Amino acid sequence: MQRVEPLGLSSLPTETTPLPPVSHSHTWASVGRAALIGAVLLYLAAVLVGPMAALLLETRSLGFGQALAAATSPAALGALWTSLLLVAIAVAANAVVGTCAAIAIVRHRFVGRGLVSALCDLPLAVSPVMIGLAFLLLVGEAGALAPILAAAGVKVVFSFPGLVIATLFVTLPYTVREVAYVLEEIGTSEEEAATTLGASPLQTFWRVTLPNIRVALGYGLLMTIARTLGEFGAVLVLGGSISGQTQTATTFIHDAIEERQLEGAYGMALVLAATSVALLLGLEWAKARRQAAHGKATA
Amino acid sequence: MSAVSHALRPNPVERALRSGVILYVVVLVAVPLVGLVQFGLADGLATFWARAMSPVARAALWLALWSALLVGGINTLFGTATAWILVRYRLPGRALVSALVDLPLAVPTLVAGVMLATLYGPTSLVGTRLEAWGFEVVFARPGIVLALLFVTLPFVVRAVEPVLAELDPAEEEAAIVLGAGPVKTFRTVFLPAILPAALSGGIRSLGRALGEFGSVVVVAGNIPFETLTAPVFIFGEIESGAPRAAAATSTLLLLFALLVHAGARVLELRTGARHATR
Repeated sequence: MQRVEPLGLSSLPTETTPLPPVSHSHTWASVGRAALIGAVLLYLAAVLVGPMAALLLETRSLGFGQALAAATSPAALGALWTSLLLVAIAVAANAVVGTCAAIAIVRHRFVGRGLVSALCDLPLAVSPVMIGLAFLLLVGEAGALAPILAAAGVKVVFSFPGLVIATLFVTLPYTVREVAYVLEEIGTSEEEAATTLGASPLQTFWRVTLPNIRVALGYGLLMTIARTLGEFGAVLVLGGSISGQTQTATTFIHDAIEERQLEGAYGMALVLAATSVALLLGLEWAKARRQAAHGKATA
Repeated sequence: MSAVSHALRPNPVERALRSGVILYVVVLVAVPLVGLVQFGLADGLATFWARAMSPVARAALWLALWSALLVGGINTLFGTATAWILVRYRLPGRALVSALVDLPLAVPTLVAGVMLATLYGPTSLVGTRLEAWGFEVVFARPGIVLALLFVTLPFVVRAVEPVLAELDPAEEEAAIVLGAGPVKTFRTVFLPAILPAALSGGIRSLGRALGEFGSVVVVAGNIPFETLTAPVFIFGEIESGAPRAAAATSTLLLLFALLVHAGARVLELRTGARHATR
């Protein structure tokens, strides 16, 4: 409302075109503007900032030292270690799968391309507990694949492989979507030029495609990390949150709340919240980088 | 084939990679979900319906639907307002507000629930005050709505923001020069432009809210018929060894979620097409 002064009014022949009076509506506009800003900030305070501050204050009243001690107990460190292991696996898998799937969906033409693209988005629409249930039915004790797994001697449910499967399911969309979006935006001209100049497919990928999708891939991987650390429902159903084995950082918090050990719950919640702020800074940086690149491309 | 230039036609290695990725996606996503639906429907439609419509399951489903609808509506309004002040006003600390909006993408939903419980819980600073006024938040339905609002906050803002930023200022100037007041300018210039984005963001947040588990399980209290939502109900049925009831409700909830996201997709494709031809 503020910056919308009609341009070049001074050069208009004002005696022939009477302008509408704007002076009194100007004060109303500034009142409306202040009210809108106030309402939005109040909303953000009630939903986001207030709760974050409350966690900090509550942890302080319990004692930061005790919370930290509870969040670095052997059980807590074990849970964190499990989560970090899952992060490493999810990042490695999604870096490869995300790039390959995005290239296949955007650059290739094959039967069922739309279906594959939709399947890559599907995990975002499915409730985490449903994912847990779906895999339980497939690889659980009475599951369809149970005889095969038993014959191979592999235990999936309530063991680490179950956590891996749940994590790979929920994190599939992030790298695929981000990379596919950028591939579509940049088009094929650079890659075609490289091929015409005699570059091998591998050279074209390393020297042309990869530099172009690097930031998008980084953004997708940061989202993958955030989602892996934050996943709760699927990991709880498939892993069972066995302390020292399948307990992750989030299921540790859940169990600590159930056992009324608030120091551990709040301490670990703060650790995860601090991590997510760090991840957020990375996400904002990647976004700024991409917007700058986008501006350069369209300029 | 015509869309792909000859130079980019995949070689055998690329084909093998592609087949591997397709296999990965199908095995990881399609197989378990198809299995889930099959298990839910295995005993016939009548049995499926009886299970999904048992009194507790039906109440949980309704609660999930209603709270998701409410959250979609609130998000559409406040998300549009937030995008508006981020794009149109040069308020101090704009970058901070913008980053805050993205925070729910990075915070574990369970931690979001813990945060809300520490602010609005029955023994907390704000919670005790609200309770004195006879207003329960945590372990009551408002807590569910708050949790869903936390986790879906970015959806509408991030959908509307680019549309507002790319809007041609000439349209707005024309409206003002022609004598339109602020309300009329908003209604005739801004609303038609941002409505599709705001709606698709709102629908996406509705779809996300339908399946939310981590934040809700902490703040809802999970009392059957009162504060038990469908995802938490499904979890309870799995834990108590009733996978058939869990699968029935899951199948119905999955159907709702797919319809909601398909609706958003159709809206985006249609309005996107209009945007491209303009």
